[in-house]
Amino acid sequence: MLSDKDRIFTNLYGQHDWRLAGARRRGDWSGTKEIILKGRDWIVEQVKQSGLRGRGGAGFPTGLKWSFMPKTSDRPTYLVVNADESEPGTCKDRDILRWDPHKLIEGCLLASVGMGAGACYIYIRGEFYNEAVHLQAAIEEAYAAGLIGKNACGSGYDFELYLHRGAGAYICGEETALLESLEGRKGQPRLKPPFPAGVGLYGCPTTVNNVETIAVAPTILRRSGAWFAGIGRPKNEGTKVFCISGHVNTPCNVEEAMGIPLKELIERHAGGVRGGWDNLLAIIPGGSSVPCIPKSICDGVLMDFDALRDVKSGLGTAAVIVMDKSTDIIKAIARLAKFYKHESCGQCTPCREGTGWMWRVMERMVKGNASVEEIDMLLNVSFEIEGHTICALGDAAAWPIQGLIRHFRPEMEQRIKDYRDAAVRSRAA
Amino acid sequence: MSADSHGAPVAQPASFAFTAENLAKAEAYIAKYPPGRQASAVLALLDLAQRQSDNWLPRAAMDTVADLLGMARIRVYEIATFYSMFNLKPVGKHFFQICTTTPCWLRGSDEVVEACRRKLGIGIGETTADGKFSLTEVECLGACVNAPVIQINDDFYEDLDGPATEALIDAFSRGETPPPGSALKRQGSAPVTGPKTLHGVPSRETPMLRDPNA
Amino acid sequence: MPKLTIDGQEIEVPPGTTVLQACQRLGVEVPHFCFHERLAIAGNCRMCLVEQEKSPKPIASCAMPATDNMVIHTKSEKAQKARKGVMEFLLINHPLDCPICDQGGECDLQDQAMAYGFDRGRFEENKRAVKDKDFGPLIKTSMNRCIHCTRCVRFATEIAGVEELGATGRGEDMEIGTYIEHALTSELSGNMIDLCPVGALTSKPYAFVARPWELRKTETIDVLDAVGSNIRVDARGPQVLRVLPRLNEEINEEWISDKSRFAVDGLMHKRLDRPYVRRDGKLVEASWNEAFDAIAERFGALSGAKIAALAGDLVDVEAMLALKELMVALGSPHLDCRQDGAKLDPTSHAAYRFNTTISGIEQADVCLLIGTDPRHEAALVNARLRKRHLMGGFKIAAIGPALDLTFAVEQLGTKPSVLDELGDGRHGWSAVLKAAQKPMLILGMGALTRPDGAQILAAARRVAESCHMVRDGWNGFNVLHTAAARVGGMDIGFLPGPGGRDRDAIVSGCETGEVEAIYLLGVDEIAMSRLGRAFVVYQGHHGDAGARRADVVLPGAAYTEKDGTYVNLEGRVQAARRAVFPPGDAREDWTILRALSDRLRRKLPYDSLNQLRRHLVTAYPHLALQDAVTPASWGPFGSAGPIAPMPLAYPIADYYRTDPISRASPTMAKCSAVAAAARHSSAKNPSAKTGTHG
Repeated sequence: MLSDKDRIFTNLYGQHDWRLAGARRRGDWSGTKEIILKGRDWIVEQVKQSGLRGRGGAGFPTGLKWSFMPKTSDRPTYLVVNADESEPGTCKDRDILRWDPHKLIEGCLLASVGMGAGACYIYIRGEFYNEAVHLQAAIEEAYAAGLIGKNACGSGYDFELYLHRGAGAYICGEETALLESLEGRKGQPRLKPPFPAGVGLYGCPTTVNNVETIAVAPTILRRSGAWFAGIGRPKNEGTKVFCISGHVNTPCNVEEAMGIPLKELIERHAGGVRGGWDNLLAIIPGGSSVPCIPKSICDGVLMDFDALRDVKSGLGTAAVIVMDKSTDIIKAIARLAKFYKHESCGQCTPCREGTGWMWRVMERMVKGNASVEEIDMLLNVSFEIEGHTICALGDAAAWPIQGLIRHFRPEMEQRIKDYRDAAVRSRAA
Repeated sequence: MSADSHGAPVAQPASFAFTAENLAKAEAYIAKYPPGRQASAVLALLDLAQRQSDNWLPRAAMDTVADLLGMARIRVYEIATFYSMFNLKPVGKHFFQICTTTPCWLRGSDEVVEACRRKLGIGIGETTADGKFSLTEVECLGACVNAPVIQINDDFYEDLDGPATEALIDAFSRGETPPPGSALKRQGSAPVTGPKTLHGVPSRETPMLRDPNA
Repeated sequence: MPKLTIDGQEIEVPPGTTVLQACQRLGVEVPHFCFHERLAIAGNCRMCLVEQEKSPKPIASCAMPATDNMVIHTKSEKAQKARKGVMEFLLINHPLDCPICDQGGECDLQDQAMAYGFDRGRFEENKRAVKDKDFGPLIKTSMNRCIHCTRCVRFATEIAGVEELGATGRGEDMEIGTYIEHALTSELSGNMIDLCPVGALTSKPYAFVARPWELRKTETIDVLDAVGSNIRVDARGPQVLRVLPRLNEEINEEWISDKSRFAVDGLMHKRLDRPYVRRDGKLVEASWNEAFDAIAERFGALSGAKIAALAGDLVDVEAMLALKELMVALGSPHLDCRQDGAKLDPTSHAAYRFNTTISGIEQADVCLLIGTDPRHEAALVNARLRKRHLMGGFKIAAIGPALDLTFAVEQLGTKPSVLDELGDGRHGWSAVLKAAQKPMLILGMGALTRPDGAQILAAARRVAESCHMVRDGWNGFNVLHTAAARVGGMDIGFLPGPGGRDRDAIVSGCETGEVEAIYLLGVDEIAMSRLGRAFVVYQGHHGDAGARRADVVLPGAAYTEKDGTYVNLEGRVQAARRAVFPPGDAREDWTILRALSDRLRRKLPYDSLNQLRRHLVTAYPHLALQDAVTPASWGPFGSAGPIAPMPLAYPIADYYRTDPISRASPTMAKCSAVAAAARHSSAKNPSAKTGTHG
């Protein structure tokens, strides 16, 4: 288990002052100038050594991503922080935004130095209104204290930071949709290539990072990449904020070591599965987009990128959605299908048409008002969407259904049989 | 007449103009972006216009924002119909946005919806006759470990169940604004039984800051 | 130059080529809906997915730049499967209404469904219902059929420059439309019908009229403005049913204006289908002989000096030559093809041509508009200016009233005296013009039809010369005509002979009685009330102003009903071809003049169109070269003199009703009314486009 001294987010629950004074007491903004003066290459190198992989879901190595930014540019370069936290099950960034905003702001500064960005926009989901109020207040504190702005921290580095509120669209969590939205358009993902590192915000080189990715950076740089890399497993290093929701006794967020066994995570921090571990049906281990895994897999799986990939699921945002045996899992997944239908931007044919199709079939599956052959059809439709769209929302819509069919086909078939039997009975009556 | 297939026609005010105070705010939002990139402020300005218009976005307000930002009006209509937080018809004073996505549903959002329906006598998408309450269903609000959640105007009300929801409605009906956050008085996203980690740092409670202008 | 392999064939392509374009170069067909080579890449339909080796997912070939060592498979199982999936998604919410859809037989979706569709559906849910939109009198919508390719949105935004079409809503609720319902305000809107790959946008006037395989297709040119857009006329039996654009990169690319496309229903209304003779003040039906007798009776009694002729806006070169030669034979020097009174100078071809050429606009870097509103006078010239504007680095200014050309234009005031300041180098824009690499000016009929038109022409020439607009390989001096016949008339000298009267003098001669007979060849735009007691012969195809005033009406052929030569504003010689026969007793125009000449005992020396054409190119050899523009040599033209302070104005008040055909068109009448109502409401309430209910 991770010890408190190795936890980065020491105000995760808002027990303490989130303002600048409190943040300083917790060690934020200490030695920031010195870190800046160590220079861009040193920062990127430390982050590379830390093994940090993006915390937004895709898990791309952060140091490598930063190194893609041009060494010199005659155009402005931007860091954009993705605070559009909307993946069902996920509420980790919210705690950072409202209780540890200075970690994020300091991270924005240091990451920008690491990639040579002169300005940063934080795109926060519109619903996080009060969180935006905190963050804005913290930004103003940081400006007032000379920590950001011209000659940030007295380092000679000029750095501007702005908060930008979204207005209700899950798709804006996709980095190029986010950039479109930030530029004042509908959040429809862009074609890639070009990638944001070359043509991003306002056509300028841009890196988009998740809140947690940026917020852990100052601590990594203060305590060294090696310290961070010493936690977790190879290629899956560091600490991670997990969100444990659903049928557990005490749902919560907690920062733990990467690679913690799923069962330990739930039993140690979330009070265990409601009704005990044996009452577990299935878990969605990484936010709604990853396929669910049944109890048999949950028993032994570790919570990191590679371990979960090996069981055909994913760490995603590390949002653990627990479902006990009372759950109608077909309905649980049908509700996610509705979510993706609602959040599809409508741009690509397969996603626009396919998400609605899958949801409607899923609604019939919930009742059992379908034929057994339609299970395979549904699976086939999900494959027709997957990989055929501009962004990954199509994949994200397909995977939960694929996970359901992979692990719970008998339940689906039984539901269909029950529905037919009931129909026969009612005709007979 | 709006030309899309959704919703009934809404009586629209003939005009909209930002108040002087909001116009100043609008200028400040625009100033966040590089010259010529003022369209970036469109979401902020639409939100501002919605706040000024009793929490819904009349067409005249969209036109005003479009003109102010030098955008074609159709581009603003596209945006206003794309983002779910823009209300294209009037909503009640207390706008109940109930999350029913799977994590909230697993924790009993059906019960919360039912409590609202029963107590307010309206369905999803409807407003009470007195204009005090509106109900809508929203997708994941991002407070899943505190499920189920209702966002009422700007505030999140968390860890709800049927009775807690009814109590909320009662309080709003009395003209009170109940404190946002957990109905179980949890510390943020810590376990309801109290934090199991982070004991090392002394606790000093700071209340959630609230926007004085909100 | 990236070298890639497509279906086993190697190809080297210029940098920036997309995979789809590389496939097309190899003749490898990749199906697509959203991609259109003249529009921004959207990449949304996903139909063009192909397999790329080492890529885990199939790629959208329309959006993927070709790079070195790419290996592409367009026919592999993976690619085929992806396309079949996309096709199924396109069809699930697409209605099965092909039998009643006007796109049937020329529908991309229908065609591709034959290749990639399943023979049965798996979709058991209800299909989506989308409310149809009212886009005005030209475009019929059937939004259930829309596949959201956004071609129309991109066309409106990019090419037409009217940002009023969008995709509102999100996901499966996304709808194409204007949101606030109103008619589209573009003069190019009909092109969206061609662009729409399905039957969502179809032609409203053509609704349920015909199937493509029933139509006789004739490749010809448009004459409703001076652009000379290349068109295809589709007819069934005696009736022209529709007009579509033909590709001509030099002129209209693949667009045509709404008037060119939709005014053709005017060909079925108010037609002159038999001769008429005025008896006791009323026009009565007559035979050709009776009509000719009436003309011979009057013309025979007059000396040439008492006879005059004018040629109108839609007339072919052959007819004008025949009339000119008849007038010469009758001894009349009173000829003019400039019925609008424009002070066009025949001294040199360069003086009245659009010398830069339409495609040449793309090379210009600065442009000065003088008394011209190209959007309404020549919509496709304006489209080219807009294209140039979008390429960036283009400065454009206008002398004349405020303009909405769909792009920003600097206004230099309305007074033509600005030209003198520019010519003298005293104006701020002189420096801009002088610093330009390829400056151009466009002089419109709003300037040239003024009494001081010749002086403005001279002043414009001085600006062109002082700002180096005419140099080796570049001529930036342009006249923008509004009439298809005009340049041809100028080229063959349908102009006052020695001692002859021009339009103004002809009209005033009629008023005073010095001119006793006048021959109007398709002339409808002069003040007929000023013709006094003159004997008026009108030859033309529509019962418009000229026929109403005429003493003898000779029914001619419209542009779709005859083989004729036209010279467009650039000086490009093009052939119009007969698609249908003229109605009733109407005849091709040159044959009428040939027959009349016989009756007047001044028999013209040609018995066939070929003979007439040989005669034409012998006299005017440059007209022999078709479909090309030969640069005209520069020379002095115009007349020096003072320019009046009167502000400039534009010649076209109502784009939809400019000539006898469009004025007879019910469709154009509807467009005109809608546009007038929109102008009225926006004048009343500038902040709102329609009423107050959303």
